[in-house]
Amino acid sequence: MGIRFILMVNKQGQTRLAQYYEWLTLEERRALEGDIVRKCLARNEQQCSFVEHSNYKIVYRRYASLFFLVGVDNDENELAILEFIHLLVETMDRHFGNVCELDIMFHLEKAHFMLEEMVMNGCIVETSKSNILSPIQLMEKTS
Amino acid sequence: MALSGMRGLSVFISDVRNCQNKEQERLRVDKELGNVRTRFKNEKGLSPYEKKKYVWKMLYIYMLGYDVDFGHMEAVSLISAPKYPEKQVGYIVTACLLNENHDFLRLAINTVRNDIIGRNETFQCLALTLVGNIGGREFAESLAADVQKLLISSSCRPLVRKKAALCLLRLYRKNPDVVNVDGWADRMAQLLDERDLGVLTSSMSLLVALVSNNHEAYWSCLPKCVKTLERLARNQDIPQEYTYYGIPSPWLQVKTMRALQYFPTVEDPNTRRSLFEVLQRILMGTDVVKNVNKNNASHAVLFEALALVMHLDAEKEMMSQCVALLGKFIAVREPNIRYLGLENMTRMLMVTDVQDIIKRHQAQIITSLKDPDISIRRRALDLLYGMCDVSNAKDIVEELLQYLSSADFAMREELSLKAAILAEKFAPDLSWYVDVILQLIDKAGDFVSDDIWFRVVQFVTNNEDLQSYAAAKAREYLNKPAIHETMVKVSAYILGEYGHLLARRPGYSPKELFTIIHEKHPTVSTSTIPILLSSYAKILMHTQPPEPELQNQIWTIFNKYESCIDVEIQQRAAEYFALSRKGASLMDILAEMPKFPERQSALIRKAEDAEVDTAEQSAIKLRAQQQMSTALVVTDQRPPNGMPAQPSIGPLSLVKVPSETVDSQNPGDQGLTHPNGVVYKEDPQPPSQDIIGDLLGTLSIEGPPGAVAQSPQSATYEAEGAPSAADAAALVPVGEESGSVQPIGNINERFYALCLKDSGVLYEDPNIQIGIKAEWRAHQGRLVLFLGNKNTASLGSVQALILPPTHLKMELSLVPETIPPRAQVQCPLEVMNLRPSRDVAVLDFSYKFGPTMVNVKLRLPAVLNKFLQPITVSPEEFFPQWRSLSGPPLKLQEVVRGVRPLPLPEMANLFNTYRLTVCPGLDPNPNNLVASTTFYSETTRAMLCLVSSQLFIESSTL
Repeated sequence: MGIRFILMVNKQGQTRLAQYYEWLTLEERRALEGDIVRKCLARNEQQCSFVEHSNYKIVYRRYASLFFLVGVDNDENELAILEFIHLLVETMDRHFGNVCELDIMFHLEKAHFMLEEMVMNGCIVETSKSNILSPIQLMEKTS
Repeated sequence: MALSGMRGLSVFISDVRNCQNKEQERLRVDKELGNVRTRFKNEKGLSPYEKKKYVWKMLYIYMLGYDVDFGHMEAVSLISAPKYPEKQVGYIVTACLLNENHDFLRLAINTVRNDIIGRNETFQCLALTLVGNIGGREFAESLAADVQKLLISSSCRPLVRKKAALCLLRLYRKNPDVVNVDGWADRMAQLLDERDLGVLTSSMSLLVALVSNNHEAYWSCLPKCVKTLERLARNQDIPQEYTYYGIPSPWLQVKTMRALQYFPTVEDPNTRRSLFEVLQRILMGTDVVKNVNKNNASHAVLFEALALVMHLDAEKEMMSQCVALLGKFIAVREPNIRYLGLENMTRMLMVTDVQDIIKRHQAQIITSLKDPDISIRRRALDLLYGMCDVSNAKDIVEELLQYLSSADFAMREELSLKAAILAEKFAPDLSWYVDVILQLIDKAGDFVSDDIWFRVVQFVTNNEDLQSYAAAKAREYLNKPAIHETMVKVSAYILGEYGHLLARRPGYSPKELFTIIHEKHPTVSTSTIPILLSSYAKILMHTQPPEPELQNQIWTIFNKYESCIDVEIQQRAAEYFALSRKGASLMDILAEMPKFPERQSALIRKAEDAEVDTAEQSAIKLRAQQQMSTALVVTDQRPPNGMPAQPSIGPLSLVKVPSETVDSQNPGDQGLTHPNGVVYKEDPQPPSQDIIGDLLGTLSIEGPPGAVAQSPQSATYEAEGAPSAADAAALVPVGEESGSVQPIGNINERFYALCLKDSGVLYEDPNIQIGIKAEWRAHQGRLVLFLGNKNTASLGSVQALILPPTHLKMELSLVPETIPPRAQVQCPLEVMNLRPSRDVAVLDFSYKFGPTMVNVKLRLPAVLNKFLQPITVSPEEFFPQWRSLSGPPLKLQEVVRGVRPLPLPEMANLFNTYRLTVCPGLDPNPNNLVASTTFYSETTRAMLCLVSSQLFIESSTL
């Protein structure tokens, strides 16, 4: 049971955020991102949020032009991950105020700080938004 | 725009964003990489701020898919920076770029350790996260103790402890020895009392990993999990921050229920009750609401609860509630719920009782096979595959075939493989199987692997009844104008072998067959030509007297291929040509192919292999294995369902108890029925393994294991006057060489195991498996014999005779003379116990496979202890009764010397398996066991039996 990777891509299929919890070589990452982005972006609203890919599952969610794709083990609770994506987006919203692609692109480090607080070794660590954001806020205060 | 003031980074990111195409992007990135590289080289002039900026650039470039190996060292070196902002970047980027095997990581191990044991909380968090994400074995060995200390430290704040929990999980996975089970289980249980939900969430992940490996050690955590779940479900003491759309941390709820699924059962009745209350509330109280997020979160919890209910194998009522819910889900509009409904139904198939209820939803599931969403179609296919059995195979497979023509290419291969397997496993009759496979080849030839058509040929070859049918079918398909090459192969093969069986029908003359096959010749590839050549040779051979015209035609073809560049084709052509000139000897050489030896279906093996690494399909796999062990499928020698579960006790103990139980019945045997038949018997000899054989098998009809099957050879030997068991055993190697039938597993062991339980396998050999299921009530019993033919050919001359001892009345229902291929026949057997006896009933079973006659004599487990019914006796009843009995034959005493005594709980267990109720506390001496039971027979009715086992430690006697 675990999260293998979290990807955020825009609707052109460009990766805007990538965090892997299992080691893949650069070539493997490129191939994987190409494959799953193609699979997921081709789907429509009437289809479910889960895509099976080789021996794991992608749980994905679309927000306007942004796609969040989370690769999980097959026995993971899919809906819990689907809402975890939303929690991530809400956390970003709270920090950036209605987050958009550019926020994440130009504040890559912050997106990573948030993920660092939320997920560790493929497991969910923290789900309280104020706890997740407190290190970032602390840092902003000091600088 | 960029915060943290990294202007250069923002400029670079905008530049890349403005690139029109990949080529421009590459140029821009290369330029930047060159820049970064030179800056890193002249490291002297680099301020920590600049370093930080370049490292972020590298991470960005890496995300775009470019190699940044040269900068690893810089990222790692930032870990040792004194200030937080640089250190943070160092830790985070290192975790993204490196894995546990990178050498650079070793350089940082000291800094990491210092940060972990240091006083700065923020540094601790960074270091713990890095180790948690990419720490390897080395880290495990040097850091585990420190991390454990942090996790349980009362002075540590939750923000550090939650990271320590997951860090420890990583270290544990790298080296399980770092978590010392003895000391840690209690600590783990204490951790679950945690109030802080962050710490609790990550501790729960740690627990899941620990219990999945060894649930025994963590029983004490089970009630704590249930408490946590109650706390969440009742929304007690849950901070607002952890409530998600009104639901108390759905993620923690899910995780807690996941942890509970790793415990095999919940034994404590109070805990079980509380747990089921919570589960019931989740099952009943989850409503569909408008808000998508709330709906998803509550259903995430609901699906996990369903999984837990299934795992706990709850009461029937709750289970059917679950199936009803799932049945509702698979028909809703919301695609996620539909998908999950199907997925969980597939998981539910593991729970055997509900299969019939799931079948009620078959129509809806078949509809889902046509869902617009491929994810859902795949789930539906898996579910149909899993729920298929003899009763619905025809419907399901035909549905799959129909769907095949419209299915997307991504699914066709899987679909055709699954259809082929189901057709093979559950074929109600073999001609249907042939129909299905031929249709499969016709509709999706490209996706039908060679294994599939090889398999159908094996079936046809091994079943004479099928041969002319298959030939006629093959002929029909050849009439079609365009057929798949695989169809040409299989048709040519079958018509070559068996076309002559239909020679009298119009259109089936050798010449016509040849013409219709040869019409396809121009369209096929070199892999098919050899099959066509063989087919022509066979047709020629069956044409008696030879037709000169046909002969010439075929010879011309052989001639043509004698110079073919393909060696296989050349050789066949040359040999067939030479052979066909030899006239009559052709008949012998090209005679019909012999039967194939039985083997496991390559298809099923393939399907199993494909399923290995997908955990979620394990349910199906498990079931597939169960189905195989019921002998319907030719397979390797898998241990059949739960066999042979010898009780976990030594041979000595196995001996001791039956001797008591049986002895206590002796008076009945001698016609002295006393309602309180207690028996004492002096037995000076220490028991040996043989005693149980003696006791339970007074008719010693069996030789040593392996000597049971009688090949024709061994029968001859016996006729020559060497019928002893020892000789029969000596014959075994000979028998093996000549292909005689050997039993699988030890017949004696199987019998003894069945003496202790009511279902299992009585006998198995490569052709047949005989299973038994029994129910006992007082002096009557009902056994069902399951005769399963494992072969693709029928078993003939099947005979089953019961040789009952005088004290048993047995009636076996009719046993059919032939068992169709891969079918299972059930034969009920009624048993009535007339009076006590130690004799054992025997099943004399024989069948014929090919030329071999196999005959076995099997003891039936209708033994004495099956007619016992446990009863509890109070001290006031026991001791007066006990004392009123005086000596043999009513009371037998046996002293066993020189035996290492069995631990009391095991002894008590053993008593219970023999249906003797242990009455604890009845005897004041804790080393003594007292047990009671009632024995039933028609003449004696219920008869109370008492057993007392006393342990004398000083003399080591039992």
